[in-house]
Amino acid sequence: MSIGHTLLGLLESGPRHGYDLKRAFDEKFGHDRPLHYGQVYATMSRLLKNGLVEVDGVETDGGPERKRYAITDAGITDVAAWLAQPEKPEPYLQSTLYTKVVLALLTGRDAADLLDAQRSEHLRLMRILTDRKRQGDLADQLICDHALFHLEADLRWLELTSARLGRLAEVVAP
Amino acid sequence: MTPAGSLLEAHDLRKTYGPTPALDGASFSVHPGEVVAVMGPSGSGKSTLLHCLAGIITPDSGTVTYGGRELSAMSDAERSALRRSDFGFVFQFGQLVPELTCVENVALPLRLNGVKRKQAERTALEWMERLEVEDLAAQRPGEVSGGQGQRVAVARALAPSPKVVFADEPTGALDSLNGERVMELLTESARTAGTAVVLVTHEARVAAYADRDVVVRDGRSRDPEYAV
Ligand SMILES: Nc1ncnc2c1ncn2[C@@H]1O[C@H](COP(=O)(O)OP(=O)(O)OP(=O)(O)O)[C@@H](O)[C@H]1O
Ligand SMILES: [Mg+2]
Repeated sequence: MSIGHTLLGLLESGPRHGYDLKRAFDEKFGHDRPLHYGQVYATMSRLLKNGLVEVDGVETDGGPERKRYAITDAGITDVAAWLAQPEKPEPYLQSTLYTKVVLALLTGRDAADLLDAQRSEHLRLMRILTDRKRQGDLADQLICDHALFHLEADLRWLELTSARLGRLAEVVAP
Repeated sequence: MTPAGSLLEAHDLRKTYGPTPALDGASFSVHPGEVVAVMGPSGSGKSTLLHCLAGIITPDSGTVTYGGRELSAMSDAERSALRRSDFGFVFQFGQLVPELTCVENVALPLRLNGVKRKQAERTALEWMERLEVEDLAAQRPGEVSGGQGQRVAVARALAPSPKVVFADEPTGALDSLNGERVMELLTESARTAGTAVVLVTHEARVAAYADRDVVVRDGRSRDPEYAV
């Protein structure tokens, strides 16, 4: 995910301090991985250098100085361009799972066991996410669903591959 | 050794139709209040296993034990009585009685268990509320959508407070959103009521609503609950 674009987008509703930005980000997008202050600080200096944000005021009430950032017109254009640009679909052609299956077949190990173990692990995670979804709000549900659909796609591949192991063995280990 | 404290368990089931074995050494167990998903490829024997567990068909060999009693030792009449009193069923297509209204459909298993009409329909309505279909009480199954009909079917399965609900692809005919909602309502209601659920599905996202899963391949299943 582009942290820069996300922080910029959060600034569109009005100027904020770095700390505010981090909090808004963590609350909306940070579920498992809250931002470090260092990340916010580094990102904001880059955006500042590129003219996408400007400093809207500095406070120094006793403690360290706190900058308030505002988005610039160039920043708004940048957010719009990012949102309009489709993401590149990730084809996962370099799958570790595929490599493991082929290697198991090449070395005479049990590829079916490997697939079964992976299947259990995927389903275990899917149960955890489903449980979280059940207890969460709509935002949690959407995030969990995204992960669940991807895990399901992996699982379908695991099923299909285990049904084709015999043929795959003939091809890779003649 | 059999799994301790299980409500329903099957050991080494075999069932052959003509030359093809549908079950070839399948084992299974479910505890009270537990939701277990039965997964596996098409034709692997999932439905056959479910039908054996529910006493709908008799395996050629192996044992099915419910609450400590072996199903094969019961008479046909005893098995039907058990199915009526202790089991509930949901199938891929609701299988509601088209001539009855939805509330009459939900009340039907209660009526068959001897509950008076008024009381049966009152209980039926409570379950329809829980499944969010109380507005459909007076409609006939032909007049409701697939997703709504499936919720009515879930209400019908749960209304008599069964000990076990058997569900064979209960979301098979539904889109993701309706399928998920039916699973949410089914598992939530079952957990609240302490009902065990045997859930046959080939969809991982549906199986993820269960507490654990048992995989059937070529008529064989290994239930990890069985210590060999
Ligand atoms: N009544 C029957 N008569 C003859 N063969 C049957 C009968 N019921 C099942 N079979 C066979 O037994 C095997 C297992 O069938 P079963 O219906 O249990 O599979 P399943 O796992 O439920 O498949 P699906 O996911 O397609 O529903 C299949 O080969 C099937 O053709
Ligand atoms: Mg089936």
